[in-house]
Amino acid sequence: MSETTDQKISGVEIELAEVTKRYAGQKTPAVDGFSMTIPAGETIVFVGPSGCGKTTTMKMINRLIEPTSGQITIGGESALKIDPDQLRRRIGYAIQQAGLFPHLTVAQNIAVVPGLLGWDKKKVRDRVVEMLDLVGLDEEFAGRFPRQLSGGQQQRVGVARALAADPPVLLMDEPFGAVDPITRGNLQDELLRLQAELRKTIVFVTHDFDEAVKLGDRIAVLGNQSKILQYDTPEAILANPADDTVAGFVGAGASLKQLTLMRVRDVELKTDLVTVSTEDTPADVRQKLTNARKTYALVLDRRNRPLRWLHVRELASAGSLATVGRPVGDTVSVQSTLQDALEAILTEGGNAAVTGGRGEYVGTIDIRTVTDTIQQVREEHENDHENSAGGAG
Amino acid sequence: MPDSSGRTHGSAVAVTIAGVAIVSIWEFIGQRWNVLVPEALLHASAVLQCTLIAAVLGVLLGVLVYRSPAGSAIATALTSAILTIPSFALIGLLIPVLGLGVPPTVVALVLYGLLPIVRNTIVGLDGVDPAITDAARGIGMGRAVVLTRVELRLAWPAILAGIRVSTQLLMGIAAIAAYAKGPGLGTEIFSGLVRAGSANATNEALAGTLGVVVLALVVDGIYVIISRLTTSRGIRV
Ligand SMILES: Nc1ncnc2c1ncn2[C@@H]1O[C@H](COP(=O)(O)OP(=O)(O)OP(=O)(O)O)[C@@H](O)[C@H]1O
Ligand SMILES: [Mg+2]
Repeated sequence: MSETTDQKISGVEIELAEVTKRYAGQKTPAVDGFSMTIPAGETIVFVGPSGCGKTTTMKMINRLIEPTSGQITIGGESALKIDPDQLRRRIGYAIQQAGLFPHLTVAQNIAVVPGLLGWDKKKVRDRVVEMLDLVGLDEEFAGRFPRQLSGGQQQRVGVARALAADPPVLLMDEPFGAVDPITRGNLQDELLRLQAELRKTIVFVTHDFDEAVKLGDRIAVLGNQSKILQYDTPEAILANPADDTVAGFVGAGASLKQLTLMRVRDVELKTDLVTVSTEDTPADVRQKLTNARKTYALVLDRRNRPLRWLHVRELASAGSLATVGRPVGDTVSVQSTLQDALEAILTEGGNAAVTGGRGEYVGTIDIRTVTDTIQQVREEHENDHENSAGGAG
Repeated sequence: MPDSSGRTHGSAVAVTIAGVAIVSIWEFIGQRWNVLVPEALLHASAVLQCTLIAAVLGVLLGVLVYRSPAGSAIATALTSAILTIPSFALIGLLIPVLGLGVPPTVVALVLYGLLPIVRNTIVGLDGVDPAITDAARGIGMGRAVVLTRVELRLAWPAILAGIRVSTQLLMGIAAIAAYAKGPGLGTEIFSGLVRAGSANATNEALAGTLGVVVLALVVDGIYVIISRLTTSRGIRV
């Protein structure tokens, strides 16, 4: 999401200070002295084992659960001094299974909070249409009842309802936990797109570390009693988990996950490849290859797009450059993730051509670039835990 | 009232009389039409008004106790206990306190009508998915709003079913209220039973009973319509 920092931030900062929740009749608190600053406009993901207190911590932000002690500040205002119902109307809330009102239509569900806030009918109607569009649902869904929707569609309506009154803060408790992996992937993409546009402050709870990596600007890995084991960017956590528990949560394949976070444009591309155009003669190419002391070249079309790989051996029998060589299979764009790039490198056999915005050749990426990048990120985060225990704040 | 020996004797006679009476019962109803219709209307009106009072009290009671398992258990037990008191006995007990006529009838009917409504209100409210109330609270609905705009709406089919059962129950029990000189078709049944053996006594009791059955069926049909009209399409089964 970092590429959208120029977008206007509509979220506000949330600050939790020494927040504790002790449920009646329990010896140990469910949340013990939780302190965290959540920057405005960022998506923060709470991950942690079942029962560690993620939901409890989140619900104290909108006071569905009253903290036993501690301070919560939202946008500079103490949440504990505002009427809870008023507070909640300014905080979007989306949960697993969506929690839609089954007796109300989709439009009525979305209209609930604007209605509570006393918006006039016309404004509410317009807003419903706008929200349906925002979450990618056709207007024909407005009159349907929740049971006439698929799980994924219900979840979209849940998000639309949460955002209807344009709250600066959005709380999401495992909102995509109950849908199939493909739908979940789509919903995650939608949320990323939406957030790039809206820049709310989002607190997102999940069990799924990969989901956290994908969605979070920062991830808070929580242990029992909501103890913050590590609070950092996904890159930093993947590169250097704070302790064994976090490492266990990150799971196998941390480096592969790291690759999903970085884009080809973030790494230095190789530009020493010999490129030739289809108009060049085989003799020109041979000359160029000899000069550069290379054995193969990349043939580009008139608009500089990669066409074929050409080995010096293939030149001997070639009349023109229009047909010789092996067609370029997989290219990657500067927008692609390093994971996609790695896939292309493996299928292309060593390196892959990288293209820019209009498909034009801009360089190549090889396996060394990928491994070096991972190494570099590791080194950057090597000293992360030396002076901060836990990494909160 | 006939004792047990009288009853077996009476039913043995009823078969033969019924055989003859089937033709004349219609005649009898024809002759008594001008009395039976007002009685039926009074009967229906008494039952419906008492159902309404029982519904208001029952839903209120249900709403007060549904959050607490102990409260729910006590409310259900109390209202069931009322239902185990024979209606004759209850009305009999109420007469010395409230006198004859409408008051003991209303009190008895309302008390009997409570159980199905209270129980169904509790069951209906309990059955609301906690995720839905959590979401409702979470987006800023106050307690009262959640109750009236979400929970009661979702529990409504169950509550209405309870009210319907109550009405059916009261249709029968209301007949017994005639013992306390209450209004309705019970008057026919009672005077028929009191004069058992004499001319047209069976017809009278039979006409009253038939009237109650017909009323019950008609009202039940009306409930089906009410249920269609008042239940959201989103939760209709
Ligand atoms: N209403 C409650 N009353 C008493 N204890 C509770 C209540 N809600 C939660 N707890 C306890 O508090 C602890 C934290 O629960 P919480 O729901 O916050 O965990 P979680 O991290 O959200 O778990 P999950 O991932 O399973 O949703 C648990 O041990 C739970 O048993
Ligand atoms: Mg939870």
